Amino acid sequence: MTGAAEAAGEQGLAGVDRREAAVVVRDLVKRYPGRARAAVDGVSFSVARGEVFGLVGTNGAGKSTTVGVLTTLVAATSGTVVVGGRDVRTDPAGARGRLAVVTQHHNLDRSLSVRQNLVVHARYHRVPRRRAHDRADALLERFGLGDRAGSRPDRLSGGQQQRAKIARALMHEPAVLFVDEPSTALDPRARLVVSEVLGEVNARGTTVVLTTHDLAEAERWCHRVGIVDRGRLLAVDTPAALGASAADAVAVELVVAPGPVDGPGAVVAGLGSTAGVRRVEVAPAAGTDGAAEGTWLRLRLLTGADPTVPLAEALEALRGWACEVREVRVSRPSLEDVFLELTGGAGR
Amino acid sequence: MSGSEVRDGDRRRTARWRDWAVSFLALVSRDVTVLGREVPSFLAQTVLQPFLMLLVLGTVLTDLGYLRPDYPSVLLPGIVALTAFLGACQHTTLNLVFDFSYTREIDDRLLAPAPTALVALAKVVTGALRGLVAAVVVTPVAFLTLGTWWSPAECLVAFVVVLAGSGVGAALGMVLGTAVEPSQISATFAVVVIPLSFTGATHFPWPLLAELRWFQVVSALNPLTYVSESLRGAVSPEVPHLSGWISVPAVLGLLLVFGLLGVRGFRRRAIR
Repeated sequence: MTGAAEAAGEQGLAGVDRREAAVVVRDLVKRYPGRARAAVDGVSFSVARGEVFGLVGTNGAGKSTTVGVLTTLVAATSGTVVVGGRDVRTDPAGARGRLAVVTQHHNLDRSLSVRQNLVVHARYHRVPRRRAHDRADALLERFGLGDRAGSRPDRLSGGQQQRAKIARALMHEPAVLFVDEPSTALDPRARLVVSEVLGEVNARGTTVVLTTHDLAEAERWCHRVGIVDRGRLLAVDTPAALGASAADAVAVELVVAPGPVDGPGAVVAGLGSTAGVRRVEVAPAAGTDGAAEGTWLRLRLLTGADPTVPLAEALEALRGWACEVREVRVSRPSLEDVFLELTGGAGR
Repeated sequence: MSGSEVRDGDRRRTARWRDWAVSFLALVSRDVTVLGREVPSFLAQTVLQPFLMLLVLGTVLTDLGYLRPDYPSVLLPGIVALTAFLGACQHTTLNLVFDFSYTREIDDRLLAPAPTALVALAKVVTGALRGLVAAVVVTPVAFLTLGTWWSPAECLVAFVVVLAGSGVGAALGMVLGTAVEPSQISATFAVVVIPLSFTGATHFPWPLLAELRWFQVVSALNPLTYVSESLRGAVSPEVPHLSGWISVPAVLGLLLVFGLLGVRGFRRRAIR
């Protein structure tokens, strides 16, 4: 295959030109010996340069194995994986020079100070000594660890260790940074700092691939998300587009008190026949006071992707029936709704 | 293919090897830094036991007349070999067992831009270095304790033998360290390492075991025997010892075999 044809093929495959892609994964399969089911079963995707890409899935879905292959520490059974332009199967050493990994567990070198951790890492990656020292100082300062440079890693808090690991990973200026569960076990404040750090890293042009089971986190941080379940990639898209794919789940939520003439049944039936409303779901209204219990209705009107017209019609109808409206809210499907829909629900 | 393409290919290959060598040296240099800092505890771990053995066996029991007066010249090379071999082996095993299970400090090295075999080799080199340093420290202590001395030429030959012996110990340590789970580490030391130290021709010359045939066979299966006997041949030629034509090739052969097995085990643990 010629280079151009190959590039075209890549483009056809995943919508990203291989030359522009930081990561290309094609038909990746990983079977661990003695296990019936493949841990990764025919996964293909690409990550563009400068993108923040998230692999989302439950524990054991196959995301860690996928990242393991991408970072050269898990041997693929079959398929092609290219990271930073290097094939991880034929040139793992070359690929390692272009990637960096921030793992979930704390694996800083405990025999060395934080600063030495950074310098030694850079030396493994053949960064000249002088530059390694300068860069270590600059990164420690940037990540607010300047005053902890001489400390042993054990003396750092969880959030500080996480930042130190990210700083270490950046010492050799990798093209692609892999981050495994960036904020697991961090307190909310540390999580915010790590979030800012990753945003900054990406803003400087580093491609970031992260794995998480926190959907809100993926939605907040990632340009695109791949949903992994049982070794397969079920969907890859922007969080917004994934949400739109479940457009049926857009809903107008109302809390209303039926008027003196029409009872709850009549209101539900009436709203059901309002233009643009596909279905009406009734839920008990929480938060109503005891005296009025049973009089407030919590309704979910399922609409199309754009709820404007049905909302206007419904409010107009409710006014006509002299109903009192207490709450109005438009709810859009979260990544969690999409995830649960794709993976077969919560009770699986 | 034109001549210039061949030259380009050669240049790229050379550049790649040079890059790998730089990473390899960085891996080793990290360990040397740590070793330098741990000298006091490291010496206590590796030097105290051989010193006590020398004191009891070489001085106390000899002075009391339970052992022959020439016993120190049998014991000295054996204890130096033991110190080097076990120092390298224990350190490498423990380090790898913990690295691959709890601390995962190995992760950053596994991601160094060099072949995984070189990361393994760096572990063997630094393990061997520990064995060598331990032996170099124990030797003058042994001279003072036993009142026996080696000539500078003997010291030089001993250095080379001890270096190779430390290498065998470190390579064996890598085989064990990549095969053993942390929960089995105490049992492994009890079942493997302690018997190694007592059957490795450290306290007796191997040829004299001819009258105790079964023990001679057991001892022949112990890699340490060949290190002890090589050293004995180099520094105490008057004591019966295995011919250098057998013991030296055996040491080099074991270095190669354990080295290959160790690297294979390391790769299996490192890359799933």
